[in-house]
Amino acid sequence: MDINDLRGLSTVFAMIAFLAVFFWAYSGRKKRDFDEAASLPFTDDTAHINTQDACSAINAFSGTKAEHADKDKGAI
Amino acid sequence: MSTATLQPTYNYKVVRQFAIMAVVWAIVGMGMGLFIATQMVFPELNLDLPWTSFGRLRPLHTNAVIFAFGGCVLYATSYYVVQRTCQATLALPKLASFTFWGWQLVIVLAAITLPMGMTSTKEYAELEWPIDILIAIVWISYAIVFFGTIMKRKAKHIYVANWFFGAFIITVAVLHIVNSAAVPVSLTKSYSAYAGAMDAAVQWWYGHNAVGFFLTAGFLGMMYYFVPKQAERPVYSYRLSIVHFWALIAIYIWAGPHHLHYTALPDWAQSLGMVMSLILLAPSWGGMINGIMTLSGAWHKLRTDPILRFLVVSLSFYGMSTFEGPMMAIKTVNALSHYTDWTIGHVHSGALGWVAMVSFGSLYHMIPKVCGREQMYSVGMINAHFWLATIGTVLYVVAMWVNGITQGLMWRAVNNDGTLTYSFIESVSASHFGYVVRAIGGAFFVLGVLIMAYNVYRTVKLGSENQQEGEVQASPAQTA
Repeated sequence: MDINDLRGLSTVFAMIAFLAVFFWAYSGRKKRDFDEAASLPFTDDTAHINTQDACSAINAFSGTKAEHADKDKGAI
Repeated sequence: MSTATLQPTYNYKVVRQFAIMAVVWAIVGMGMGLFIATQMVFPELNLDLPWTSFGRLRPLHTNAVIFAFGGCVLYATSYYVVQRTCQATLALPKLASFTFWGWQLVIVLAAITLPMGMTSTKEYAELEWPIDILIAIVWISYAIVFFGTIMKRKAKHIYVANWFFGAFIITVAVLHIVNSAAVPVSLTKSYSAYAGAMDAAVQWWYGHNAVGFFLTAGFLGMMYYFVPKQAERPVYSYRLSIVHFWALIAIYIWAGPHHLHYTALPDWAQSLGMVMSLILLAPSWGGMINGIMTLSGAWHKLRTDPILRFLVVSLSFYGMSTFEGPMMAIKTVNALSHYTDWTIGHVHSGALGWVAMVSFGSLYHMIPKVCGREQMYSVGMINAHFWLATIGTVLYVVAMWVNGITQGLMWRAVNNDGTLTYSFIESVSASHFGYVVRAIGGAFFVLGVLIMAYNVYRTVKLGSENQQEGEVQASPAQTA
């Protein structure tokens, strides 16, 4: 057993690691978690009224706490 | 409006600053590219000055497009995506602001030192050591802001886009700091801490992972947020995205030696680089398929939405160049393609087709949102930009393929007595027409960016007009 055996085994380890990730990701019990995670880009659309976006943008623009909704933003 | 206190107010200021500078640096960097492409057609354009010679302006072009344009897009989109998917405002806003000004300072210093001929001579890492230190400080600040925001998240999960952004930030920090290790001899000159073949191995470990993490992982993070968002449906398979992530980052890191085929690098290392590059096809295409299939059931949107078209065509180019890359990494193919224009064509099918187009799509989605607008000033102009960018990229890439294969075949042609059939200059003359086509393609691409800049300018202007209008509206609302 020398360092080259370890080098050869590293291929096997990498393969095991890949299969582990694969089976973990595709196991049934993770499905709900992943569905939840996949919807994250959209949760802040439902959580936020879209005027909020406009508001925060305006706040950032002026650097002040402008508390108003732009009138044409509610239509998004 | 009491809701303002209930919802997090995102920090869009730094996002907007980076987004706008991304457009500015796109004009500068791609304009510089067009200029040096034209120098290849008309060599007189080097103006007989050292500062404007191809050798000095080429690193300026690559630094400007990769680190100035690409970097600003990555900062802007990662700060935007991490806030929105974590439902948390950016951590440490002052440090975030420092990353903006620090990064702009790096770019300005690059624009000064590179034409002056100050260079560490490492490709894509040409900047001298004081600037390297500044980059490291800014980059670590970036990591603190990004991961600080993730720690503040209200959502339970860390969305996959943030995994890609996170991997990109950490890996680029490691790559930059290791590869830039140098012994300074003066303020403007240093020598690499590594020697000989080891220096080359470190350089291309850095160089290829600059492609793999700066220009791929980061932009895949954008893909995983903006494609679902623009298509208005969640990513095709979240499970595939996890396998994609781990496979991609685990394999990319080994592919660097394919830049050093048939050099002094040990043969086993070359073969390792080749094999890892071939394996890399699988995760790359897994990601591409995941992005494109997100549109299943929403294909009709492509007819009306030029932003979605940008994103989907960028994925097509990503698929194409990640197929081409592994093929070129095969040693026997590389024997033909290396040192020819084929390499330049390959890089630009990735850089123009994938990186720039996914950036344009993301910026067109994001800029109105951070300026308090529903949509860009003109959708027609986005469409015009899309076609100019696509035609420009195709012209560029095809010209370089033809040139590259021509050069490769001419250089390897030998007569019966073993002498070379062609002199080098004959291959240069044979390439001239390709250089003309390439410059035309580049002009198309730059024209598209100029249209984008005008569109962005009008959108931002409308956004700030809204703001003033809103202030007038604000007083009656408050009394009500």
